[in-house]
Amino acid sequence: MEKKEFHVIADTGIHARPATLLVQSASKFNSEITLQYQDKSVNLKSIMGVMSLGVGKDADVTISAEGADEADAIAALAETMKKEGLSE
Amino acid sequence: MFRFQSVWRLEWVVSTSLDNADALFLLLNGLGGIILAESVTVADLVKNTRLDVYHGAELLADKVITTSDISRPGLALTGYFNYYPRERVQLLGKTETAYSKNMTHDERLMIFRKMCQLTTPAFVVSTGLPVPAELVTAGQENGVPILGTKMTSSRILSNMTNYLEGKLAERQSVHGVLVDIYGLGVLITGDSGVGKSETALELVKRGHRLIADDRVDVYQQDEQTLVGEAPKILSHLLEIRGIGIIDVMNLFGAGAVRQDTDIDLIVHLESWTPDKQFDRLGNGEQSRRFFDVEVPEISVPVKTGRNLAIIIEAAAMNFRAESMGYDATKVFDDNLNSLIKENSAQDSHK
Repeated sequence: MEKKEFHVIADTGIHARPATLLVQSASKFNSEITLQYQDKSVNLKSIMGVMSLGVGKDADVTISAEGADEADAIAALAETMKKEGLSE
Repeated sequence: MFRFQSVWRLEWVVSTSLDNADALFLLLNGLGGIILAESVTVADLVKNTRLDVYHGAELLADKVITTSDISRPGLALTGYFNYYPRERVQLLGKTETAYSKNMTHDERLMIFRKMCQLTTPAFVVSTGLPVPAELVTAGQENGVPILGTKMTSSRILSNMTNYLEGKLAERQSVHGVLVDIYGLGVLITGDSGVGKSETALELVKRGHRLIADDRVDVYQQDEQTLVGEAPKILSHLLEIRGIGIIDVMNLFGAGAVRQDTDIDLIVHLESWTPDKQFDRLGNGEQSRRFFDVEVPEISVPVKTGRNLAIIIEAAAMNFRAESMGYDATKVFDDNLNSLIKENSAQDSHK
C-alpha cells in the first residue's frame, strides 16, 4: 500500500474539471486507488464520488493505492495534482 | 418449379450482395458522389402545395422547375421584357389580373404569348381569380400549364418558395441512421458494424420513429435548420445483419416511421478503447458542421453490455431538458462549487 498526503492550494478546490483529470489519470492503473478527505474516503476512479467530497482550498487529503502498480499510480497522481495547481 | 428457383436465386443475390449496410451505402451512393441534386416537376409542386390544375394537366410531369424563385410578372405585363425570368414559376395576383383587364384583347394575347416560353414551368393564378382567356390560349400554344389556388398571393408564394427551396437545396449524403426520439431528430453515426441499425431497431421498438437507415440525405433549410430524409428507395427500411432488409412500416406500423425531420443532435458511436477518454460530466462542447449549420454532437462509447438505445434516449431527453433551460451538469457544478467554498472556509480556520 502506497500513501501520500496533499495540501490543496487551488482557490477553486477539486472542482469538476480537475476531478475529471484526476479520475482519468487514476483509471489508467490497475491498483485500487482511494481519496480520503476528513473522515470520508472514495474510489478515485469514480468521478461522482470524488466530486461529492467537495474538496476545497486548504484541505488535507490522502491518496492511497493498493496493487501491483501502486507506486506508479501515486507518482502519476502526484504529478497531476502538481500540474493542475491543486497542490505543491 | 423453375420459377420458384429463379425467385430463390434472386433473393440469394440480394441478400449476399447487400450483406452489409456499407455495401448498400456504396451501391446507392456511387463512388464518392456525395452531392446530389433533386429535380422537381410541376406535378410535385401541384401535389405538395395543393394547387388546382386549370389547364395542361398532361404537361405537369414533364415540366421541370430549376429554381426556387417565383416571378411576379407585373412589369412584363406592361411590355418590359428585359430580365424577364422565363424559367421561374409565374404568379399572377390581384394587381396583375386587374391590370391586364385594362389591356385590349390583342395586347393581352401578344404579352401572354411572350410570357409563355418553352422553359416557363407554369402560371399560377391566386385568390381564385378568373384566368384571362388569352393566357389559356398562349399556355396551350406553348405547352405551359395554368394552375390556380384560392390562397392569396403572399400565402401561396411563401408555400411554393418553402417547398421548392427544400427540394432544390444542395444535398449531402451522410452514413448514419436518423431517428426521431421524443420529437427530437437524432442522427446516429459511427463506423460500420458498431451497431447503428440495431440501435435504431430497438429505438423503434421503444416507440420512436425511423426516418432513414444507412444513408441520410441532409440539406440546409434555413440558417439554423438542417433537415434529413431517406433516399426514396431506402425509406422505411432497416438492414439488420443476420436478418437482411426489414420494412419497419410493415412490421411496426405507420407510427414507427417519419418522412423527414430537423436534425437537432448527433450521437457518434465509438468502439470503446481503454486509452480513449470520453466526456464524463457532459460539459464537453462538440459539434459537427453541415453546410452552414453547426449541430451539437456527443460521443458515446460502445461496449458489450451497454444498452445503446436507452443511452441515446436518455441523451435526447437530457438535450431537450437543456434546450428548455435545465442543464443538470451546470446545476451540479454550481452546487459543487458552493460545497467546496463551505469546506474550504472550515479548513482554513483550522
